Amino acid sequence: MGKISNQVVLQKLSARFGTKILLSSEPQGLLTIEAGRNDILEILTFLKEDGELNFNFLTDITGIHYPERELPIGVIYHLHSFRNNVRIRIKVFLEDQNPSIPTATGLWHGANWMERETYDFFGVNFEGHPDLRRILNVDDMTVFPMRKEFPLEDPNRADKKDFYFGR
Amino acid sequence: MNQPVIVNNQERKETTTLNLGPTHPATHGVFQNVLEMDGERIVSGVSTIGYIHRAFEKIAEHRPFYQITPLTDRMNYCSSPINNMGWHMTVEKMLGIKTPKRVDYMRVIIMELARISDHLICNGILGVDTGAYSGFLYLMEKREHIYEIYEEICGARLTTNIGRVGGFERDFNDIAWTKIRKFVKDYPPVLKEFEELFTRNRIFMDRTQGVGAVDAETALSYSWTGPILRACGVDYDVRVNEPYSSYEDFDFDIPVGTTGDVYDRYMVRNEEMYQSIRIIEQALDMLEREPKGVFHADVPEIFLPPKEEVYNNMEALIYHFKIVMGEVDSPKTEVYHCVEGANGELGFYLVNDGGRTPYRLHFRRPSFINYQLYAPMSRGMLLSDAIINMSSLNVIAGELDA
Repeated sequence: MGKISNQVVLQKLSARFGTKILLSSEPQGLLTIEAGRNDILEILTFLKEDGELNFNFLTDITGIHYPERELPIGVIYHLHSFRNNVRIRIKVFLEDQNPSIPTATGLWHGANWMERETYDFFGVNFEGHPDLRRILNVDDMTVFPMRKEFPLEDPNRADKKDFYFGR
Repeated sequence: MNQPVIVNNQERKETTTLNLGPTHPATHGVFQNVLEMDGERIVSGVSTIGYIHRAFEKIAEHRPFYQITPLTDRMNYCSSPINNMGWHMTVEKMLGIKTPKRVDYMRVIIMELARISDHLICNGILGVDTGAYSGFLYLMEKREHIYEIYEEICGARLTTNIGRVGGFERDFNDIAWTKIRKFVKDYPPVLKEFEELFTRNRIFMDRTQGVGAVDAETALSYSWTGPILRACGVDYDVRVNEPYSSYEDFDFDIPVGTTGDVYDRYMVRNEEMYQSIRIIEQALDMLEREPKGVFHADVPEIFLPPKEEVYNNMEALIYHFKIVMGEVDSPKTEVYHCVEGANGELGFYLVNDGGRTPYRLHFRRPSFINYQLYAPMSRGMLLSDAIINMSSLNVIAGELDA
């Protein structure tokens, strides 16, 4: 168990940012907050540098796409405080067209490739990123394949049956 | 690239562009490093990855939970049971399934065997890359023994598909238990012999000490985890910090290094193998006290029925079909679960909307994150040092690209 509770983390965040923390929940015990794109860098900096919270470790950055929502593209950060052994998840939702968010590479070097991966799959523009290129897909790809508008083809398609290929 | 470098006022040199990879034998996988060389020294480098990217996260969005298992096997294929178990534990965490202690201990045994098989390959290859082949051969025989254990348990050797949600497909048979006990007894002397070949070997020490040294702060900033982070002196291990599968019941040490160089990474992995043996021995003892024959949680709506019942019992056939096709009640939630993979924190971020398949599944792959520092840290190194530096990072291409 962690040395500080989710409530303490949330209280500190609320005291510092007030209504900028949009939503909070605890799915499976992991404190999850939602924030706006203009505040994310400030929140990440606070979480990292606050002496008590000390979320010094960036575990992961990834994206998610909810096409039916007003702000469909999500960027999800997982941070970890080694000293307190507590994790936090921060979500930021962005618009569909040219989603853009400040980069976290100034805080953690490790954010570089994680953000490149998120750009590659979801098309999120990380402002100020030193080298925002595709990382796993080919450079001349024009779409962002993890978005929900690109479903995989139906595995039961009749024209893909083995006997058409002599198998 | 190919920029003239002014060494002093008189002399002008041109750098050479060298492609290390994508399929260079010394890279142990399909990834490319475009290096700018000044003689044998690396001036700068750019890493390119994605050559075997197989879109696992996208495929996972179209598959029910059981059908995702084979994808996880193919990430870190040197220790696929850890990937397997990690995935199944993530699903269990989401569904709120509690596994019996005996299952936990059996999982610990398999995961530690997988860790040993991964570390022994990594350290063996490190020896090969410094020019010593025999140590690798000593250890390969032992990896074969681990694969034989997998084979007894699930029929497969490399991509094991060894677990199920809630436990294992079947109980380990007597031959498997005998082989595990034999392995635990036989392995430490072989490892000791391997250590005697390398640890105090002058050539090995000269080749590895001070090479690729990374300080703890840089390692943390680059989100490093696993043995390479511990070699820098940070004692972060998921097994201790957030115990899963009853790791809290075991008594073991977390070896840490001081310098964070290739030699320390080698030492940390070696010591971890001894600790893994220690854990397996304890698990074998603890299993004696657990009720025999329990190999899965009592969750018939999630756990696949035994094959012989599926063939002869209508009810079992219906359950089997429903489970495989993902017709399982699951909550709308999201879960992050991580395990200590052989090369770092292997995390599964699963967002479920209650449908047949995950809404989103993201793998936090330690190889992907650990490899990021490779090109920056290789600056100023000799090419031959950069090669052993890469082996010491233990980057597995399947996991890097996923």
